[in-house]
Amino acid sequence: MSNLTEAAANAAEHAEAAAAHGPSAGEYIVHHLTHFNTTGHAQTSIIDFSVINVDTLVWSIATGLLTILILALATRRATSGVPGRFQGFIELLVEMVADQAKGIIHSEESRKYVAPMALTVFVWVFLMNAMDFFPVDLIPAIWQGVSGDHHAYMRVVPTADLNATLGMSLGVLLLCLYYNIKIKGAGGWIHELFTAPFGSHPVLYPVNFAMQLIEFAAKTISHGMRLFGNMYAGELVFMLIALMGAAWGASGATGPLLFLGHVLAGSVWAIFHILIVVLQAFIFMMLALVYIGQAHEGH
Amino acid sequence: MNLNATLFAQLIVFFILAWVTMQFVWPPIVKALDERAQKIADGLAAADKAKTDLAHAEKKAVDELKKARESAAELRVGAEKQGTQIVEEARAEAARIVAAAREAAEAEAGVAAQRAREALREQVATLAVAGAEKILRKEINAQAHADLLAQLKSEL
Repeated sequence: MSNLTEAAANAAEHAEAAAAHGPSAGEYIVHHLTHFNTTGHAQTSIIDFSVINVDTLVWSIATGLLTILILALATRRATSGVPGRFQGFIELLVEMVADQAKGIIHSEESRKYVAPMALTVFVWVFLMNAMDFFPVDLIPAIWQGVSGDHHAYMRVVPTADLNATLGMSLGVLLLCLYYNIKIKGAGGWIHELFTAPFGSHPVLYPVNFAMQLIEFAAKTISHGMRLFGNMYAGELVFMLIALMGAAWGASGATGPLLFLGHVLAGSVWAIFHILIVVLQAFIFMMLALVYIGQAHEGH
Repeated sequence: MNLNATLFAQLIVFFILAWVTMQFVWPPIVKALDERAQKIADGLAAADKAKTDLAHAEKKAVDELKKARESAAELRVGAEKQGTQIVEEARAEAARIVAAAREAAEAEAGVAAQRAREALREQVATLAVAGAEKILRKEINAQAHADLLAQLKSEL
């Protein structure tokens, strides 16, 4: 952002702008991608279970409460009479999820838990993804003002945090293990672990078992990674677009053009992101149903 | 993309949210949906029944109308027949009365003629006598010629 060939007036204005948008583009991005965690600075090691991302937890619990609030509101108004628009919309969601669950999981007993779980996951993930629609600097700036620390970290999209998405996919894995044991019995499931998919032969036992472990790991990691990757990339693109607008004071035609670029790209990406947000929430829910459905089927 | 304990916190939040939905959200909504579906099914069944009832009632109405029309036609035929009969009877009665009247009139006329004839006969005798008196210029004894006059009377 430094511009040595500027006229004096422009230079003064730029000094001001540079003070307001102090960090360089790289620093801006890195700052926005750093979590507000219990250590107060960016996590150094890849895995450190003594650290908790406070921002992810706060926003995911907030959106979770919002999910419950919305659904509870519909529950309170639930009548068999003529539904209103809000009621109709929630019922549309419920019916959609119930239909999907019915098509994938054939045990009525399991559906009693799995279908509501899928509904929660869908609405919750959708709301967490939708946090992306707030301007990238809005909530961090408010937080910096409230906390008094102008360098405070704050990330508002919980699903752009791998911990959140892997946490949920681990939940789905636990449900898979639970239903495997419940439907097939502990013995039956262990038998399946060693005899499927290649067949029941002592030589094949280790191969089968390794395959099963890989399958479970791949399912869980890809389940969490898919959502994380989409939302992380989406957030990153929003930040890059925000960088264009931040340079609106640049010399000559570049500044206004960059500003225009921000408006254009920001609108286009936000509109496209509506699709991604809903689609990823739906995919996450469907995969959860499919994986739990697989736990019900013997090989 | 660092991993930390947020993972486990999120895992717990996931299960709590799913449990809350299962316990408090899903059952009432699904119950309302099922009840509404039942209501709609009942409503449709009632509509079907009403339609059948209507068709039934319409058929019945048509039958009644047909029956009424038939009985009306029957009545009309009967009435016409009766009317004709009354007219015939009246006509016969009238003819009978006319004939009787004519008979009576004829009888009366006959009697009147007879009486006139009688009267005339009486007067003829007198006239004849008067005439004869005038012709003969001479008084004729009516008593003496009574036989002659009676004979003349019967000849008239």
